[in-house]
Amino acid sequence: MTARAAPHLAHRARRRRDVVTPEGIALPFTVASRSARAGALLLDLTLMFVTGVAVTLTLIWIAGGLFEAVGGPGGTSGAMEFIAVFWTLFWFLLWNGYFMVMEMGPRGATFGKRAAGIRVASRDGGRLTPEAVVARNLLRDIELFLPIVFLLSAPSGEGGAAGIAAAAWFLIFLLFPFFNRDALRAGDLIAGTWVVEAPRATLAETLSTEGAAREGASALTGAEYRFGEAELAIYGEYELQTLERVLRDDRSEALESVHDAICRKIGWNPGNGDERAFLEAFYAQLRAKLESDMRFGKRKADKFS
Amino acid sequence: MKAPILKTLFGKAEVAPPPDIEAAALRSDRFRLEREHDWRRLEDIVVRMEKGRLRGLSDEDVLALPALYRTAASSLAVARETSLDAATLEYLDSLIQRAWFQVYGPRQGFVAWLRGFLGGGLSRSIREIWLDICIALAVMVAGTITGWLLVAQDREWYYAFVPVQFADTRVPGASREVLIESLQVEKDTQGMSAFAAFLFSNNAGVSILAFALGFAFGIPSLMLLMHNMAVLGAMLWLYADAGLTLEFAAWLSVHGTTELFAILLAGAAGMHIGRSMAFPGNRSILAAAAESGRRGAQVMVGVVLMLVAAALLEAFPRQLLGTEGRLIIGGVMLLFWLAYFFAFGRERKAEPA
Repeated sequence: MTARAAPHLAHRARRRRDVVTPEGIALPFTVASRSARAGALLLDLTLMFVTGVAVTLTLIWIAGGLFEAVGGPGGTSGAMEFIAVFWTLFWFLLWNGYFMVMEMGPRGATFGKRAAGIRVASRDGGRLTPEAVVARNLLRDIELFLPIVFLLSAPSGEGGAAGIAAAAWFLIFLLFPFFNRDALRAGDLIAGTWVVEAPRATLAETLSTEGAAREGASALTGAEYRFGEAELAIYGEYELQTLERVLRDDRSEALESVHDAICRKIGWNPGNGDERAFLEAFYAQLRAKLESDMRFGKRKADKFS
Repeated sequence: MKAPILKTLFGKAEVAPPPDIEAAALRSDRFRLEREHDWRRLEDIVVRMEKGRLRGLSDEDVLALPALYRTAASSLAVARETSLDAATLEYLDSLIQRAWFQVYGPRQGFVAWLRGFLGGGLSRSIREIWLDICIALAVMVAGTITGWLLVAQDREWYYAFVPVQFADTRVPGASREVLIESLQVEKDTQGMSAFAAFLFSNNAGVSILAFALGFAFGIPSLMLLMHNMAVLGAMLWLYADAGLTLEFAAWLSVHGTTELFAILLAGAAGMHIGRSMAFPGNRSILAAAAESGRRGAQVMVGVVLMLVAAALLEAFPRQLLGTEGRLIIGGVMLLFWLAYFFAFGRERKAEPA
């Protein structure tokens, strides 16, 4: 892409990987940040816990009702047993099945991952197979629950030196994502998967078809803004895309301060009240210049280059 | 064919009128406006596929998907070199990625996968880890013998091996009658299904752990197998000492042939991962781990299914049948598993996949 990543995107550029699909298209992926994954996991665990507790309470309530209706422990045992069976199997399926079923779906993500905008993908660019999803989720026990159990019990000294050693050993699995570039956890490693960002961007309006960018003149004052070669040579792609964001957000304070900054830089003094038209015109002309340079192979990453 | 009225009533609001392409001041924006319609159509198809609403897709849409995907991918390649519109680039990036996941997404539904899995996939995976199964079997036999020998030499070992909940009445020095009592046939099925559910979730948890620990080069899996089989060896000695070997074997075999086989497979699958990471051969460690992990996962799904069967066998036939019935069921189950895993689906291997 750009010769040098823009400063505000530098941390993302480090997580960018190009995967070549089996047919030869290079597809850019951004490895999901560890914090996004931790957040998604917390959301999922909360969801599982709340569901589990809700179902447990409902079952207790039903059992209580049964008990009262029959008026004693006799006669209810069949129904009670069914409730017990249901409860045991429900917890097993919830604990082991939730992640697998959700990640096998077309979105490849649990609810938590969807909320965090990330998904599971196959590392080699092939398709995500059910086996891979099963494999990556079977390791959750030793990566999450065992380390936490041992970490909580190790300081008490109950397990002695062996307990502390076990805690340190499981800590390796817990912290595994911090020891590699792609933030793979142990389950990802044995399944051949990774977790990538899955942004869902909507297509924004074209900026050059509206306002002063199109007319070349302000609808408000009728003033026509034309910028010279020297004035447009100051800024680069980073500033252009920052300006694009400001225009799309359309917040008047931001428009004013950006307007002031640009005017100071290029030495204009057009006065107040017509900031948006000025910026639209400046954006369209700066982009036209940078894009035509681009077609000749000249790129200007930012104002310092 | 759907009634058109429903589409207009319940469909989304119509898209904005086609943009005025000539009005765009920039060449890159004209490029975008000319292609925008196709991108939006692709997005619409992808959104429907992501939501799993495949029925709503018309045949034309399904046929158009690969073409639309390739067009959009080439648009992205051009846009990256000619456009500085960050919003459009971001949109195209995410659109191509989402479309790629759908075009190259899992083609199989769950049912199709399950059919392939039961109809040979599981057996093949198990045959592929035969070496690990042999090692795990050797370890299990060694564990049983160790347990037996240790307890035979010094009874105190029994308390070290056998967990408290098993050592209720079944302790060294217990009379023959007490031991027979513990192998007794139950009178009714009261509480049996709850017991089966508990056994299943407990055993499945243990075998998942045995598998997961295989990641640490397989050593912890082996230790887990060894320890569990030492418990078995110790109890075997206890009953043999009272002259109840056959009764105990029958009591154990009715579910044990299934359950111990499942635990054997879980340990072997875990060890398979550990072994292929320790000795990856010509592949990279990551590739070797991924390959063996997927194979192991197939075996583990089989293990969980076997444990369901084992829990049902353990709760009902074991508690309700006599010695001969128990032995017969145990033997039949063992033969069934062996035939299914090692003889079934062999001819499929020759066919191209």
